[in-house]
Amino acid sequence: MCSMAEYLDESPIQFGQISTIQSSSAISSQESILSPSSLPTSLPFASSQSVPLPFPMSHGTTTLAFMFQGGVLAAADTRSSCSGLVAHLVGTTSGTSADCALWKRILARELRLYQLRHGRRLSTRGAAKLLSHMLHPFKGTELCVAATLCGWDGGEKLSFSGPGLFYVCSDGTRLQGTLFSVGSGSPYAYSILDQGVRWGLTVDEATSIAREAVYRATHRDAYSGNCVDIYHITSNGWTQKANIGEYFGEMW
Amino acid sequence: MEYLIGIQGQDFVLVAADNVAASSIIQMKHDYDKMFKLSEKILLLCVGEAGDTVQFAEYIQKNVQLYKMRNGYELSPAAAANFTRKNLADYLRSRTPYHVNLLLAGYDDSDGPGLYYMDYLSSLAKAPFAAHGYGAFLTLSILDRYYRPDLTRDEAMDLLKKCIEEVSSASISRRFHLHYLHLFNLFHL
Repeated sequence: MCSMAEYLDESPIQFGQISTIQSSSAISSQESILSPSSLPTSLPFASSQSVPLPFPMSHGTTTLAFMFQGGVLAAADTRSSCSGLVAHLVGTTSGTSADCALWKRILARELRLYQLRHGRRLSTRGAAKLLSHMLHPFKGTELCVAATLCGWDGGEKLSFSGPGLFYVCSDGTRLQGTLFSVGSGSPYAYSILDQGVRWGLTVDEATSIAREAVYRATHRDAYSGNCVDIYHITSNGWTQKANIGEYFGEMW
Repeated sequence: MEYLIGIQGQDFVLVAADNVAASSIIQMKHDYDKMFKLSEKILLLCVGEAGDTVQFAEYIQKNVQLYKMRNGYELSPAAAANFTRKNLADYLRSRTPYHVNLLLAGYDDSDGPGLYYMDYLSSLAKAPFAAHGYGAFLTLSILDRYYRPDLTRDEAMDLLKKCIEEVSSASISRRFHLHYLHLFNLFHL
């Protein structure tokens, strides 16, 4: 007669705990070198060895952003991407959903702290660099965040004012550009955008090409879908265009 | 694949880099600058793994500038090259090695022009000409054949164009056009 329990008495899923020992990425350990003292100290610390994931993380999404004469337009599907505000900027993120949500909040917190400490908003370029440097200790881990940051800077210096569009990735890439698409559906979106995006688009034309690009990507990519979020950034700030549903008859 | 090339002449160093920033199969940027100005007379070209390039090159760049602020004079190209190599070597056997390949081009007021080749295993070699990337396999023999130490600037530019044409025609993964390449001459005062 067996006396075993019919149920499991401990969870089969091992959730990894991030070690609180700071990784000795030696950037801060040599005294003759600039120390990153301006980096926030309350970040999650990277563990020294990789912890096995409990289940494969979802990475699917399609996001895009481009600059044109009317400002910056950002669009994303709503399946597992996060698009929305990061303080005064608009950011679209793709990658692991949990990582994206967390790092958006961290970036928003740091931008707000910067604003309170220095009395001015951080530029889009500065926010991109800040995010890139915050993600650097996690390079080589399973963290996966790829973000496009869109904003309009109103600075005094001519080179730092106006629309800004930056792509930041957790592998350390940080690029400035006028057109980016990120995520598993990005090749499909790129092909639509490369055909139609020009500097002289009107706002309506830009909105419709962004919507079409995301829609085509959601059609072909298994990991993208649901609705399309569209944000438009101008010198007056951002506006969210109508959240457009997937089953839009006139597409066909 | 990324490509760097440098040719040293009698009183100049000519360097060029491709302009594409790629992420797997997608070219994300066609006008990406891979050159980092360390000082008025020193230029660092950096290719390699995605985030490591900018992170490492900016780190070196800021430290070279810090040296000038602290001491009142600039590092020589040889000193900057050795400093870069030392940092690569220090990180090599850590948990976060930098996977970057570098060319450092500089003009020393007393020693003249210098081109330094460094790779991700922190080797350092002062060379009259050097290249990184798959394109290096195609162009080093061209450089061996046609390089002379007394090249004029125009001759060096022609030699560079020969190399770029070869990489453009033989390369399967990237198309180069001359106007896509960022050419930088280092002039002495």
